[in-house]
Amino acid sequence: MDLLEYQGKQLFARHEIPVPSGIPARTVDEALAAAEQIGYPCVVKAQVKIGGRGKAGGVKVAANATEAREYAEAILGMDIKGFTVYELWIEEASEIEAEYYAAIVFDRSARAALVMLSTQGGMDIEQVSEENPEAIATLHVDPLLGFQPFQARRLAFEAGIPADLIRPIGDFLNRLYATFIAEEAMLVEVNPVIITPDGKVKALDAKVTLDDNALFRHAENAALRDPSDEDPQEQMARDYGLAYVKLDGNIGIFGNGAGLVMSTLDVVTLFGGEPANFLDAGGGAKPEAITRAVEVICSNENVTAVLFNIFGGITRCDDVAAGLIEAFATNPPSVPFVVRLDGTNDVEGRRILAEADLPGVYTASTMNEAAEKIVALAKGESL
Amino acid sequence: MSVLVGTETRLCVSGITGSEGSFHALNNRSYGTNVVSGVTPGKGGQDVEGIPVFNTFHAAVEESGANTAMIFVPPPFAADSILEAADAGIETIIAITEGIPAHDELRVYTQLKRMPGVRLIGPNCPGVLSPGKANVGIIPASFFKEGNVGVMSRSGTLTYQIGNELAQKGFGNSSIVGIGGDPIPGSSFVDVLELFENDDQTELIVMSGEIGGDAEEVAAEYIAEHVTKPVVGYIAGFSAPPGKTMGHAGAIVSGSKGTAAAKTEALEAKGVRVGRTPTQVAEIAVEILGG
Ligand SMILES: Nc1ncnc2c1ncn2[C@@H]1O[C@H](COP(=O)(O)OP(=O)(O)OP(=O)(O)O)[C@@H](O)[C@H]1O
Ligand SMILES: [Mg+2]
Repeated sequence: MDLLEYQGKQLFARHEIPVPSGIPARTVDEALAAAEQIGYPCVVKAQVKIGGRGKAGGVKVAANATEAREYAEAILGMDIKGFTVYELWIEEASEIEAEYYAAIVFDRSARAALVMLSTQGGMDIEQVSEENPEAIATLHVDPLLGFQPFQARRLAFEAGIPADLIRPIGDFLNRLYATFIAEEAMLVEVNPVIITPDGKVKALDAKVTLDDNALFRHAENAALRDPSDEDPQEQMARDYGLAYVKLDGNIGIFGNGAGLVMSTLDVVTLFGGEPANFLDAGGGAKPEAITRAVEVICSNENVTAVLFNIFGGITRCDDVAAGLIEAFATNPPSVPFVVRLDGTNDVEGRRILAEADLPGVYTASTMNEAAEKIVALAKGESL
Repeated sequence: MSVLVGTETRLCVSGITGSEGSFHALNNRSYGTNVVSGVTPGKGGQDVEGIPVFNTFHAAVEESGANTAMIFVPPPFAADSILEAADAGIETIIAITEGIPAHDELRVYTQLKRMPGVRLIGPNCPGVLSPGKANVGIIPASFFKEGNVGVMSRSGTLTYQIGNELAQKGFGNSSIVGIGGDPIPGSSFVDVLELFENDDQTELIVMSGEIGGDAEEVAAEYIAEHVTKPVVGYIAGFSAPPGKTMGHAGAIVSGSKGTAAAKTEALEAKGVRVGRTPTQVAEIAVEILGG
């Protein structure tokens, strides 16, 4: 789960990482009230879960109330790389002597946390990493030993941090690592870490990604989940415990197991079709889950045909057939279905389906045959 | 021979008194797996249809001679159970549990690497099936027979799909290994490649990967250097939408790696043929081994 900048900063503050103070706002009036309370100059910042806000015009320094209003009006509702701005963070402006970059990422290929530090932080960090990668000092942390003082020193020296800042930057990195571990983050990134004219180190930005699988032991973080930033179908699917991602095409897809569903999308695409969604019912899907899945898939207006591709392991094909029949009984879909059942109890599942003789439901015995049929049906051809 | 599980397997099931754990333990036993014990703290002394339950792995190892563990406990307790099994001297640990926190997996992985002789498969995997010998996990065994193709995969159901395509063409399997779909799998493709390379029964290796991470790219390098047996690849996720990432760290660390196209390219560059559909994987296997 990704956090908004201000949520990340609140999390940093809990771990004694210095951050500027600020107030969130959802309307222009709220933004103005916040700016008045903070005083001028203040910074009006778009709260979206993507980087590069500054370059997109989503971060502005306001010198007075007129500017604060102007910027709040401009930024609220702005689209930044496909994310709409619904919320602002009004923050005290900081005096900046230098902008550094610091990040800790869960590096799955190295199987260790990777700590990164650079003196060339700010909005052009990706360019720095491409053109001048040595400017970013990196090292991995032993997961059982933790981040060691010598590692902080080494990073600071290798990044070329001035002598008087080695200690404070080391402290900063220590706290960042402590945050990464305590909150079970997959990413904590601070760009920029600023040095103020009086030599203080502060986190001016916060990009935090938390491990969804660990949220059960971080109630405070779990409460930050914002249902409003999900698509309505995705929200409905999540309430039903289904993994669903909406796509741009018109062929609804239902399967069990992420790998098989991805493979189904690929095969359908290869046969010339365009999937409307990814939907993984998971292992052991029961009839209720099937009924709900049909509801979720068909609530997407773009869908003109639906493919069920099941290879039963823990999932039983007879359960899938029963669920489908129930779905047709409660709320008959208006689009054709192709159903392919293989695996646990497949013979029974196919028999149940054949007996029910549901309108507009075709069967297929292989994945390729299923893909071929669904692509034809989605184009309005008859079989 | 087969790899990881076989006739020597003496299985202890952690979480055996839960509904899933008991169902699959009994299922594995009826397949012919030698299920010698189970562990549930506080339920020592009970039994599950004749399988003795112990309070600790240490007691289970001592009294039932278990050498293999299957972990079926819920995510909050799974890491602890894996560490307990390793500490008790279990050599092969197969973790089925899905949803273990990533930092737990990282600590477990690091600790186990420091214990020579201990091997973890999973977590978040369907287990290992050596047809005709033993089944440890949730793979629907009736679809697979003994043979010369070793299969390893990051996804459960996709394993069944590919295994089934191979079966349609008349192939059987030495072993089918689900390495699991989590960020930090206990064993990588490379680890299992090494096992299949050294296994007499295996004549062809099928590797089924998917988008994300760099396990397939690393495997491609390893195959070129160390694997003499033919390998056929499959990568799922060509049409998956690219994930939006928040910060810059991802781009700085990995660049554009991890896509299905990049993985396929990496494998083909090392001479590994990659099927574009599960059916095509089986067709390539026929070309290599003969029908
Ligand atoms: N409180 C502040 N006071 C002064 N300047 C600020 C403040 N907050 C941000 N800035 C300036 O605006 C720039 C962009 O802001 P910020 O880093 O928060 O957004 P971003 O563009 O999304 O970040 P990134 O480029 O890392 O994706 C900073 O590099 C900094 O120069
Ligand atoms: Mg920034």
